Amino acid sequence: MAASPAYGEEKGGSSSLGEPEYGHDPASGGIFASDYKRHDDLKEMLDSNKDSLKLEAMKRIVAMIARGKNASDLFPAVVKNVACKNIEVKKLVYVYLVRYAEEQQDLALLSISTFQRGLKDPNQLIRASALRVLSSIRVPIIVPIMMLAIKEAASDMSPYVRKTAAHAIPKLYSLDSDQKDQLIEVIEKLLADKTTLVAGSVVMAFEEVCPERIDLIHKNYRKLCNLLIDVEEWGQVVIINMLTRYARTQFLSPNQNESLLEESAEKAFYGSEEEDTKDAKAEAASLAKRKPYVMDPDHRLLLRNTKPLLQSRNAAVVMAVAQLYFHLAPKAEVGVIAKALVRLLRSHSEVQYVVLQNVATMSIKRRGMFEPYLKSFYIRSTDPTQIKILKLEVLTNLANETNISTILREFQTYIRSMDKDFVAATIQAIGRCATNIGKVRDTCLNGLVQLLSNRDELVVAESVVVIKKLLQMQPAQHSEIIKHMAKLTDNIQVPMARASILWLIGEYCEHVPKIAPDVLRKMAKSFTNEEDIVKLQVINLAAKLYLTNSKQSKLLTQYVLNLAKYDQNYDIRDRARFIRQLIVPTEKSGALNKYAKKLFLAQKPAPILESSFKDRDHFQLGSLSHLLNAKAVGYQELPDWPDEAPDPSVRNVEVPEWTKCTSREKRKEKVEKPFYSDSEGESGPTESADSEPESDSEESGSSSSSGTSSSSSEEEEEEEEEEEEEGSGQQSEDKEGEEEEEKRKKRKEKGGPRKASPRSMVTPPPPQPVPSSNIISTSLVTDLEGLTLTDTSLAPALLSPAFGAVRTYELLHRMAGEGLSVEYCFSRRPFPGDPHMVAVQIQISNNTDAEVKSLRVSEPKLLAGMRIQEFPEIESLAPGDTASVVMGIDFCDSTQAANFQLCTHTRHFYVSIQPPVGELMAPVFMSENEFRKEQGKLTGMSEITEKLTLPEKCRSDHAIVQQVTSAANVGRVPCGADNEYRFAAKTVTSGSLVLITLEWREGAAAQLTVNSEKMVIGTMLVKDIIQALAQ
Amino acid sequence: MIHSLFLINCSGDIFLEKHWKSVVSQSVCDYFFEAQEKAVDVENVPPVISTPHHYLISIYRDKIFFVSVIQTEVPPLFVIEFLHRVADTFQDYFGECSETAIKDNVVIVYELLEEMLDNGFPLATESNILKELIKPPTILRSVVNSITGSSNVGDTLPTGQLSNIPWRRAGVKYTNNEAYFDVIEEIDAIIDKSGSTVFAEIQGVIDSCIKLSGMPDLFLSFMNPRLLDDVSFHPCIRFKRWESERVLSFIPPDGNFRLISYRVSSQNLVAIPVYVKHLISFKENSSSGRFDVTIGPKQNMGKTVEGVVMTVHMPKAVLNMNLTATQGSYTFDPVTKVLTWDVGKITPQKLPNLKGIVNLQSGAPKPEENPSLNIQFKIQQLAISGLKVNRLDMYGEKYKPFKGVKYITKAGKFQVRT
Repeated sequence: MAASPAYGEEKGGSSSLGEPEYGHDPASGGIFASDYKRHDDLKEMLDSNKDSLKLEAMKRIVAMIARGKNASDLFPAVVKNVACKNIEVKKLVYVYLVRYAEEQQDLALLSISTFQRGLKDPNQLIRASALRVLSSIRVPIIVPIMMLAIKEAASDMSPYVRKTAAHAIPKLYSLDSDQKDQLIEVIEKLLADKTTLVAGSVVMAFEEVCPERIDLIHKNYRKLCNLLIDVEEWGQVVIINMLTRYARTQFLSPNQNESLLEESAEKAFYGSEEEDTKDAKAEAASLAKRKPYVMDPDHRLLLRNTKPLLQSRNAAVVMAVAQLYFHLAPKAEVGVIAKALVRLLRSHSEVQYVVLQNVATMSIKRRGMFEPYLKSFYIRSTDPTQIKILKLEVLTNLANETNISTILREFQTYIRSMDKDFVAATIQAIGRCATNIGKVRDTCLNGLVQLLSNRDELVVAESVVVIKKLLQMQPAQHSEIIKHMAKLTDNIQVPMARASILWLIGEYCEHVPKIAPDVLRKMAKSFTNEEDIVKLQVINLAAKLYLTNSKQSKLLTQYVLNLAKYDQNYDIRDRARFIRQLIVPTEKSGALNKYAKKLFLAQKPAPILESSFKDRDHFQLGSLSHLLNAKAVGYQELPDWPDEAPDPSVRNVEVPEWTKCTSREKRKEKVEKPFYSDSEGESGPTESADSEPESDSEESGSSSSSGTSSSSSEEEEEEEEEEEEEGSGQQSEDKEGEEEEEKRKKRKEKGGPRKASPRSMVTPPPPQPVPSSNIISTSLVTDLEGLTLTDTSLAPALLSPAFGAVRTYELLHRMAGEGLSVEYCFSRRPFPGDPHMVAVQIQISNNTDAEVKSLRVSEPKLLAGMRIQEFPEIESLAPGDTASVVMGIDFCDSTQAANFQLCTHTRHFYVSIQPPVGELMAPVFMSENEFRKEQGKLTGMSEITEKLTLPEKCRSDHAIVQQVTSAANVGRVPCGADNEYRFAAKTVTSGSLVLITLEWREGAAAQLTVNSEKMVIGTMLVKDIIQALAQ
Repeated sequence: MIHSLFLINCSGDIFLEKHWKSVVSQSVCDYFFEAQEKAVDVENVPPVISTPHHYLISIYRDKIFFVSVIQTEVPPLFVIEFLHRVADTFQDYFGECSETAIKDNVVIVYELLEEMLDNGFPLATESNILKELIKPPTILRSVVNSITGSSNVGDTLPTGQLSNIPWRRAGVKYTNNEAYFDVIEEIDAIIDKSGSTVFAEIQGVIDSCIKLSGMPDLFLSFMNPRLLDDVSFHPCIRFKRWESERVLSFIPPDGNFRLISYRVSSQNLVAIPVYVKHLISFKENSSSGRFDVTIGPKQNMGKTVEGVVMTVHMPKAVLNMNLTATQGSYTFDPVTKVLTWDVGKITPQKLPNLKGIVNLQSGAPKPEENPSLNIQFKIQQLAISGLKVNRLDMYGEKYKPFKGVKYITKAGKFQVRT
């Protein structure tokens, strides 16, 4: 530690008290006694009752820790302050505690009770931080306490605390691995969590504790895929890596069909890659037995949901998606990742380094992918050498017959670089290009031969080595070059190069029978002046010539060996003695003599010039193991694709009713505690995230709090997509009816508690109870009929023509509501009290066996501008009874949910109503001329046009009008043209016009135009209508 | 995941260490020093080093090595990206990420590191959340703190951490509501000896400075979004909207942040705004050479090219240079052999020229390669790709914000081979 007088002086302003002692460093020669004194001073400060002194002392202690100095003797003094009121002192004490608890286990126990108290705090952030510190104290005695705390926190109502619990799991596991089984239970529970906050952390815990328990993922697979985009970046990386492994065990290889084609294509391309074709052959053989490949819809889901993350700003996320695509996607789709990876090359050099390593591996297997980006791998003189060499590797991998001339021209520039390591690597690269692409072999060889006259030893040596390798492949054709190189011995002074040339001549002396002895003659002349390495090769050459052409070279060899016998270097003397014994037959020479020729002139295998990145892809790309090309500790092998797909139904999620209930029960107990008294840290979004299970459905990230019209439109899109997905997943079933059905259910899920992940529709949930009541309106009857899960779609006759199809949405499911179930629909009648409000009809049924009293709305949480007109309090609702009330909500022309609480005399439920965009308007009646006039005003940005195709059953006037009016609360406008339908409405709050024109062209083609100055509403409406018409 | 972090300065002093799990001895850094010694240049220290018991993953930023210790398999980019995020946070907090800044604020640094990782796994990396937890130091605050003994730790709990838009804190208030966007484009190019373009592409970013109250929801649309070939987004941007409508829709973080970075599709030919005429030659068997470089403007769409700087790494054999510049000034550092010519603005009437004699070490062989010229320049009020912001709309809040867009074109990695 040279920089000892550092901190104290430099620190300046903030530490004006007791400065001098602090600067001393015990290690750098402070006397031990004074060291003690200093700590006494700190102790005194810590014992004082002034927070500022304590803070100062803690700051200094932390600074000591930061520099790696021992401050452990202060432990008792510090630990006393763990309950200090000052939050910064407290935090710094935590830092200290976590650092030294391991060394002072007994004393550390003193602090535990403080944290246990913290775990019970009403504020979620304090609970979380208590758990965080408690779990970071590495004292084995408290393992049971930690276990308990983790278990409790795992069912905490705050997702943030649950996240902290997930973080604590690996900490406890590393402290005591015997707890594994219990921890797996906790992990299992947390994996079922539906919030984005928890997802990343729990998967991280899963990876550290029980990565082999892939079965835990099944039920959560679809949820994780759907949540992925909203998880924080670091969590995304962990989840994607885990899902890659998961997918490898559960799905079939998407490329098995293509391997047949691949085989022939690749053979033609580069015959050298035999292994590849062998693989392909084996695969093809097994393929014959297989059925044609159809991608599992879950496999597709993963690929589709990860793709947008290629656009992440976080390089690690992009890399994770890239490796996922590389390992899992069909060959045709892998290409999408190239662009994103090339983008990362603009990033920091460390990022470049890692990305290039992975690109190098990928480019061997999937060369076509990066070919369009060839120029992005061109090297700049300012790149660090390690980056240059990696880029060179990629360029070499990308070289093929079409681009080789460009690449070679580029290489020519590199060869003149000042960076000699890089030049050497370039020469190697040229060598590899020459081996791979026969066409340019001669050009490359000539180029390399020219390099032999380079002044730089390294360049020449490298060239000679590469030439040597190239020649070894086809020595017969290149005796010219060997001759040329023989001539070079006169000029080249670089020992390494001379030695290489001599070796080459010796090895192929039969191809140059006349020159070889001459070279030996020259070398014998200059033998004494040569470097050792050259002398050795001269002896070698002599020996080989003696064996092949003893007539001409016998004397020369004797001469050389004699010279060597008296050489200063014992290696050379040794070698000479050895060779003489071996080749020159004497009486004493042993049996080996006969084999001398075989020994020296054995057929030597040509060195294979191949990428060092070949076959690295058996490691999961992007992993540390891949980078190091060695298995790192804790690396999970990427399994091979299974031959037979495991049962896909394991991923279906059944309605986990009983588990839900119990966990909810637990939460409820907490709610009843004085939870609302703490107003300090609880923010709106959290509460809604906790206690409003419906809002953290699969889109929770965007839906529950962010609160904008567009986010909900996004949601809508997502939903649409899911629907498509489902459609394709189960083609065999009656599609139309099914979809209708699903839609209904989905709506309900949105409004009500989540019952199952959206893709779980394969297993039908239990039928809904039909509340026995006589007040149900006709529209409700139709809806409930739709809910009974029959395959028949709704009969059009039942739809009330005035309102179109009125859909019912679930506000509170009877499970979540403890027997109270609430549904709502948009009655499309003007709300009596206020024309700016949308009327919402609410249907409350009491399925409990007790009376529910004083039902009312309270604590609405609304975005700015939104208003709510509560329905009059319902005094009491007898068991089995149903009540219908109307409330008004001013949504401010946005599809934001209105969140409020529904209270009974004992309980309150968080609920939210989210209007479809079509319900935010009321029909207006206007003439054709008026319509034209208004439409003329709303062009440009306010006009949204979309083309669509009408399905068979929507090609009648009646059906079109029916579908449009069911999708939106609009009125029809008379129209002269035959194939045109017009509708008009005004938004409820601001009264902006919404004009809809549907033009039906020949056949199924149609064009939908919406004019509205509210662009967002317009766009969403177009989507909704198209969706309605497509059904 | 990340076990420990060591900060090491260029002279090899470990000036800060932080452990998130049990303590790892400083001696582990010896492996790093070994690798550092082997790599002649700081840039060539391998980012990942394997040691018998640990793996070291390091980055080099602002003359500091951030060396993290890893014990088990973890994606290396995960760590690298995180370390850069740490450096960015320091930069954000202290204005610079230097050894002195870190030493001066060692307690804040420690608190930050504590919050950013929990058990080695990233916890809070969004600067908005961190700033709620730990207030950045300002001169005023440090004076007040030293008097009143109050602290930099926020006394309010960070609610942002709990929300679904972690990048924005709640309750933001400004008297002047402003939103500024800087469209900055960089031209990466390699120009060969003869002046023809070997490789050129445009990389751009949009940096934003948003000071808007409440929870504004912004829509930014472009006149020609098709230009953008490959885009990476700040997490606040709704990807679906971009996919379907090619508009950027987002609830922005508070303050400065990078909204998107993009690459302009490579089909478009890149207009190179400057050309360079050069004549650099070294005579055989004499200890001198000639150096003559002229820079001139090319298609620059009527805008002036300014801030032109040329840097050249001369070959090692160069001893000194005697040059005359018709414009600007030049320096030659005989130790690092770097020639820098600060040209300034280019006026087409009088092209800047730098000409003179290069003195070589006597007896040294003639350099084989001519050095390549690295050019920097700037063009104000121009996005070279032609990208234009169409409009910015705000929803969700009632006030009228002040909006501004600025365009700049710069040279990125712009290299002329000679």
